[in-house]
Amino acid sequence: MDFGPHLLLATFEGAVGAAVLALTALGLSLVFGVMRVVNVAHGEFFMLGAVAAWFAASHLGGHPAIGFVAALIVAPIFAALIAILVDSLVLKRVDYDPEATIVATIGILYIIQQATLMTYGPEARPVAPPFSHRIALPWLEFTENGIEFYYPWGLSVTTYKVFVIAAAASILLAFRLFLSRSRMGLVMQATRIDRETAQAFGIPVGRVYSIVFGVGAGLAALAAVLIVPIQQAHYLMGGDPLLLSFIVVIIGGLGSIRGTVMAALLIGMSDGIISVFFSPTLAKIIATVLVAMVLVHRPQGLYGKKPA
Amino acid sequence: MIKGTNTARRTLLKGAVAGGLVAASPLVSRFAQAQPSAPLRIGFQQHSTGIGAAYGRWYGRTTEAAAAKINADGGINGRPVEILAEDDGTDPRRGAEVVGKFANRHNCDVAFGTLFSHVVIGSAPAAGELKIPYFVVSEGHHVASGMLNRYTLQPGITDVKSQVQAMAPFISENLGKKVTMIFPDFAFGHDHRDFFTEAIERRKGQVLAHIPIPPTETSFTRYFPKIPRDTEVIYHVMVGPAVLTFVKEMGEFFGPSRPEIFGFIDSLEAVSLDSAGLEFLDGTYFWEGNPRYAQADQTDHDKAFRAAVGVDGTGASVSDPADVSTYAHMFGCWETLHVIKAGMEASGYRGPGDRARLIEAVEAMTTMDEGPAHPQGPKLFNGKTHQVFGRQYISRVEGGRLVRVHATSIEDTFYADEVDYTTWSF
Amino acid sequence: MSQGLRSTVLHLMPICVLLVLCFVLPAYHRDNFARILVLATYAMGYNMLFGYTGLLSLGHALFFGAGMYGMGLAVLHGGLPAAPAFLAGVATAAVVSLVIAALALRTVGVAFMIVTLMFAQAGYLLVLYFGSWTRGDEGFVIARDMRNIGGFDLTDPVTRYLAALALFSVVLLTIARMVHGAFGHVLVGIRENEARARMLGYDVRAHKLAAAVVSGTIAGAAGAAYGLLFGYVGATFISVQYSIYPLLWVILGGAGTTLGPLIGTFFMFYLIDWSSGLTSAYMLVAGMVLVLLVLFARTGILGEIRKRWVPWLP
Repeated sequence: MDFGPHLLLATFEGAVGAAVLALTALGLSLVFGVMRVVNVAHGEFFMLGAVAAWFAASHLGGHPAIGFVAALIVAPIFAALIAILVDSLVLKRVDYDPEATIVATIGILYIIQQATLMTYGPEARPVAPPFSHRIALPWLEFTENGIEFYYPWGLSVTTYKVFVIAAAASILLAFRLFLSRSRMGLVMQATRIDRETAQAFGIPVGRVYSIVFGVGAGLAALAAVLIVPIQQAHYLMGGDPLLLSFIVVIIGGLGSIRGTVMAALLIGMSDGIISVFFSPTLAKIIATVLVAMVLVHRPQGLYGKKPA
Repeated sequence: MIKGTNTARRTLLKGAVAGGLVAASPLVSRFAQAQPSAPLRIGFQQHSTGIGAAYGRWYGRTTEAAAAKINADGGINGRPVEILAEDDGTDPRRGAEVVGKFANRHNCDVAFGTLFSHVVIGSAPAAGELKIPYFVVSEGHHVASGMLNRYTLQPGITDVKSQVQAMAPFISENLGKKVTMIFPDFAFGHDHRDFFTEAIERRKGQVLAHIPIPPTETSFTRYFPKIPRDTEVIYHVMVGPAVLTFVKEMGEFFGPSRPEIFGFIDSLEAVSLDSAGLEFLDGTYFWEGNPRYAQADQTDHDKAFRAAVGVDGTGASVSDPADVSTYAHMFGCWETLHVIKAGMEASGYRGPGDRARLIEAVEAMTTMDEGPAHPQGPKLFNGKTHQVFGRQYISRVEGGRLVRVHATSIEDTFYADEVDYTTWSF
Repeated sequence: MSQGLRSTVLHLMPICVLLVLCFVLPAYHRDNFARILVLATYAMGYNMLFGYTGLLSLGHALFFGAGMYGMGLAVLHGGLPAAPAFLAGVATAAVVSLVIAALALRTVGVAFMIVTLMFAQAGYLLVLYFGSWTRGDEGFVIARDMRNIGGFDLTDPVTRYLAALALFSVVLLTIARMVHGAFGHVLVGIRENEARARMLGYDVRAHKLAAAVVSGTIAGAAGAAYGLLFGYVGATFISVQYSIYPLLWVILGGAGTTLGPLIGTFFMFYLIDWSSGLTSAYMLVAGMVLVLLVLFARTGILGEIRKRWVPWLP
């Protein structure tokens, strides 16, 4: 394929990845920002969302759209409930101690994975997209007759992938409004900025933590519902989103939603675009080292404040 | 993990009954009395968790079915067979530990059943040091390449080097000479790259581009533009949980105008062909180790094999049509267990002291006829390289089914020996 | 008894017990212990940075792998005998950890975790990318006749156990000396209050760097030994999982204790081995035990024993 169409395609694919990554990372960023704990099981909530979507889609007959809409509602709630359970049974009891939380969430990661393997099985299962049409895109070419349009082989998008980008963007905007306008959102913000003061003002910090943990898991599950018609639900699918979300959250700067979204775009897109120029694995190595070097030179992240 | 204790007990009983029947004939009864009646213990290294779990489940079902069949037929040397399954987590370190557990804790006679190449290579040194015969069902080229040891054998499934080179004549004669290869960027994919490129060039064909895909990749569209325009045939092979995405995105990429497409069924193993988004595959070709769909000229052995394992004519589980088997590979477990049986009977195997004689007996094997023990087809075993060679199949997708259009000869899979294990010490 | 003497005695005792165990244990457990000793060495290296200096790395698999591949490639392509190959592995790990630590130490806290993780990921991908030399994910076998040092056949189970014990003992005694000496006290000071350590005039960065290089080099020695003793070199050992293992082992056994890493590794090894014999859902058991440990023994097994009953434990 010519360079231009190739770059366009890689950019678009990168945008799809970035959209889903932004949602997943937002959940982690929220938990991280408010509760100051590293949730190693975050990827498993992503996976639970995908698996729940499969259950919803395969147990509701009719048009795939019915199952998909059901999944959009059921999967985040399901993941959030499990997260709240984890928070009250384990995290509260270890008092959100950073190291203890890491080990505990590794334990929870094992438990969720094995439970999924035993109930859902080891297969990768597809979920039908609610709609998906292939749209071929034209490209310009300079010929003797001037500029001409033509349709390069493979330069196309599917309507569903466009929808994923749009849906993720809307959810991000809605979430921003939720944080800045709603009472609950403001309470979360207050707790994030200063836990002690929030408590002094009568904010039930314990309950806020539970809700934050649940909402964080719900966001990951929502991202998974969006991606599962493109990929498949598999019990080990949580690993990559976890690592990428971590990178995004740190690069973006702790607790900064704008930073998280920008970092997701940077990482999602760079992964796609660098792959145009290098052999695939080499591209991944270069992208990984580049992002690491960004952190080395700007340890507080892109939008984080320099530590005092 | 000792999997399916109930099943094991049931098969034991069955074996005991069958043994009793056989014992009624005077000659066999004398033979049977000379043996200890304790069961022969076969350690089954199973990928129950980790990335190989989908394969591991079907390898498990096939192994249990084969053991049940062997026991129903009177066991081995009059003794019942007991399968001790232990999960290796598809991890080479755990794999080696599991081999140690078989040898020193479970007192297994042999170890068996590994699929993933890195687990095989990680476990083989332990098998060699513990002097326990290690029968792998992996299709990797590691055994025949001479990397492993005298105790490691692959008598039930053809290796990737054979499979790949046997495809080149069909592709160059029927599909085209300008090939672009898409494969995973690790050893398994590199074997495909190296062996196929060499084989197609011998046929005056040409590989226009190699497109390696990084491991654990979950989206693929951005790699397809690297396919050169004048490609006549796409050669694809992919493994792991993202295979369906890979094939679907390839379909989306090409849209209505695609080149010929030839793939290894690994790209869709354990995946139903009527999954949404796979319609474009109609008219494309697949290598199959064993045809997933029952063919028009299905043999009785294939029929019996499917019935024993619980697989219907479409390659799916009898109890759940959505549960598609790893049909192209799992026959290897069935055939390997039957080779172990034949080897134990030929060597008069009685216990761990006879392990070296068991290896020598298997090394002495040559032709294996198609039959109940070898439902996939006839085979030729090379005792020097510890590797078996068998027919390979090419199927075309027609109306959502895989229809066999070509079977290679066994000779198509031959290559020069790279090792002579029989000269190695035990 | 002086403190130094008591420390030496306390560390020689478990070594003697382990020596006796070699000849008492049944074959299966003897072989397991040999593995545990090498993995515990890896964990001890990790503990140096995490337990004593307070730096949580998620990239130590890179150092373990650097040692393993440094050794393995030297044997495979350089034809080096085992002893120099082992040293090549250790040297590789030292260099890699120096470079990575110099970069990563510009960050702190979670950013340090992520940076180390990403460098390790890049290292893992490099092994795959250079598959024609490394055989990628499949890895390769170290030929049997290469696996001996000075006439000692490392494939013999008893020799192998003793070799593993030797490595373990050298590292244990070195670390015990280090952490109970001035160097270790500075590290603990940095862990507890970095600003204060700086104010007292210690070069915090240099101390952290030294701790990271010692830690990475020990991890590399363990990696080289694992490859040599068990005959296999593979990319799995550089995967994320193998960065998380030493963290788990150390936290389970007790971070900042000299013997905690051994206890944690032993515990985790047998937890998986025992529960996988019990049920196919052994990850479920392992997961629950981790959660329970965190709930009821926060400072790890040895840490808890030290806190409750035996305050003089090292």
